[in-house]
Amino acid sequence: MMSMLRTLIRHRDLLYMLSRRDITVKYKQSIMGFLWAILMPMLITGAGVVVKMAMAQMAGRVVAISDVLPVAVKSAPYAFFVASIRFSTDSLSKNHNLVTKIAFPRAVFPLSAVISQLFDFAIAAAVIFVILLFSPITPTINLLWVPVLLAIMIAQIGGLAMLLSCANLFFRDVKYLVEVVLMFAVFFTPVFYSVAMFGDRGKLLLLNPIAPVLEGLEAVIVRGVAPDPLWTLYAAGWGLLLMLVTPNIFNRLEPKFAEIA
Amino acid sequence: MTDVVLEARHLHKKFRKGELYTSLRDLLPALARKAVTGGLQKSEFWALKDVNFQVERGEAFGVIGHNGAGKSTLLKHLCGILTPTSGDLIVKGRLSALIEVGAGFHPDLTGRDNIYLNGTILGMTRAEIKSKFDAIVAFSELEDFLDTPVKRYSSGMYARLGFAVAAHVEPDVLVVDEVLSVGDFVFQRKSVEKMRQVMKSGTTVVFVSHNLRAVADLCKRGMLLDHGTVTAIGPATEVIQAYMERNSENVADDPHKEVYCPGVRLRDETGVETVQFDAGKRMIVEVDVVARKTNAKLAVVLECRDEEMYEVFNTSTQRLGAPTVDLEAGQKFTAKFGLTCHLAPGTYHIGIYIYRYDIQKNFDTRFPARTFYVRSETDVRGVAHLEPEVLSQDKS
Repeated sequence: MMSMLRTLIRHRDLLYMLSRRDITVKYKQSIMGFLWAILMPMLITGAGVVVKMAMAQMAGRVVAISDVLPVAVKSAPYAFFVASIRFSTDSLSKNHNLVTKIAFPRAVFPLSAVISQLFDFAIAAAVIFVILLFSPITPTINLLWVPVLLAIMIAQIGGLAMLLSCANLFFRDVKYLVEVVLMFAVFFTPVFYSVAMFGDRGKLLLLNPIAPVLEGLEAVIVRGVAPDPLWTLYAAGWGLLLMLVTPNIFNRLEPKFAEIA
Repeated sequence: MTDVVLEARHLHKKFRKGELYTSLRDLLPALARKAVTGGLQKSEFWALKDVNFQVERGEAFGVIGHNGAGKSTLLKHLCGILTPTSGDLIVKGRLSALIEVGAGFHPDLTGRDNIYLNGTILGMTRAEIKSKFDAIVAFSELEDFLDTPVKRYSSGMYARLGFAVAAHVEPDVLVVDEVLSVGDFVFQRKSVEKMRQVMKSGTTVVFVSHNLRAVADLCKRGMLLDHGTVTAIGPATEVIQAYMERNSENVADDPHKEVYCPGVRLRDETGVETVQFDAGKRMIVEVDVVARKTNAKLAVVLECRDEEMYEVFNTSTQRLGAPTVDLEAGQKFTAKFGLTCHLAPGTYHIGIYIYRYDIQKNFDTRFPARTFYVRSETDVRGVAHLEPEVLSQDKS
């Protein structure tokens, strides 16, 4: 992992230019411009409102703003997760003309894909921050957990991105598998709901590595309490594991990329 | 004391023929089948076999060979895109490759953005590109289109921008693959000049091409690859000659031909057999004709075609006023043509036909019977060498 970090630092300009390319192209082509970044979180929140209304209906009460806020808070990081995974899985195969023609560390492809999505996430996060300013939430010291939780999530995404991009190069249908998994992942991830709603058995849902992160964000931002330490540690463990293991796998397979791309 | 910057020692590369499983959908059934049947070893072949060579600092080294000889595979090893199956490849210093100009251009980005993008892909830092930006733009002659997305560029403009960026990387070793043929004539000329300039500045250049003239012009030394092995290595002119001789090796004769041509030789004016001629000098073409059955009124047709197979010249013994030849079974004669090489530098092919005009019968076709190469001190392009000179260019 350290050797990969060193090569990436040496090629930081390349990483920067590739990320910039992805961002520029995306915003240049669409009339919506920066609205792009908040489209996905908005859709997720909208869907969340519908789900919450159904739940409230069954419980025999009306939807309160406190029902919707957690969904809004979790929508942006979840959108970031989905888009990064989707975009990076395809990143090596999409750039096969570069992979087969020019030598440089291939890790820049999945990583620049994640970085360009991070840019979208930053915009969406800023919008949500403004919304939160007008909500009845009172900020607490626990907000300091936010960067920690996001770092865990970025580590997980970075590792997965490298793993999946290289898997998709060897097996071109990995992409479709990822699409299907991502489509239904929202039901297994606490975005529309909170794990607490399921009682004790809901803990099983926290085995999903990003679930503790999303739950943690809800806890520190909406409820103003510290995240569950054990489950946060569990998620951090995943992040660390992926960060340690996948660069090695990636490096070992890299010499074969040009032959199969 | 030699200063070797590039060295290959017993370089081998194995490739697999046949299909690779590139999707899980294909792989899983294949694995199941393999488990049941035991599975056959896929046929493998050597794309490169025991390749050894050294290139010294500041040298221009040419690599030639037929399609599929392993040239591109070798290049990809030099660039570090492929790793050898066995053997070593030693590169000292920064190596940059001009394999495909404009690789990594994004059509929606402007020329300016693409210069930065392509430059970093080729290994430059942003600061480096910034300092060379004006030179790159000036070289590409695209000042007015810098803020236009490259998807609106013509293919020539696209190639020019790509070459301009690549030419400014300033590596220690530059690998060039058939890129000097981009853009229009003026730009091609500029590219070749830039290459010369790069070489003069002490950069080592490895040049891979089908364009024998460019190889002969730019390289002092070279090697010939054939099916992954080095069949000739040494001074560029000798390697080119080896390539051409291989090209024109005679194939086994068809025993059904009544009359056939077993051999064609090219000689210079002193009578030495060669395939290299200087423009404006005499060349002699000797054509052997053998009859299996008695035949009368035979003539030899000689034609010359350029690299693109366009006919440059065509004549025959009979049309030149020589008498036709009658041959009895087993008899042989040799026709000698004298020609003056009024040809522009390049590669040309000689074709031979054994023909009888009155009954319009072609007995044997030999094409290309011989391939030869013309060089000239004068910079002339095209096919004809009209021995031009500038008489005056006075202002009036």
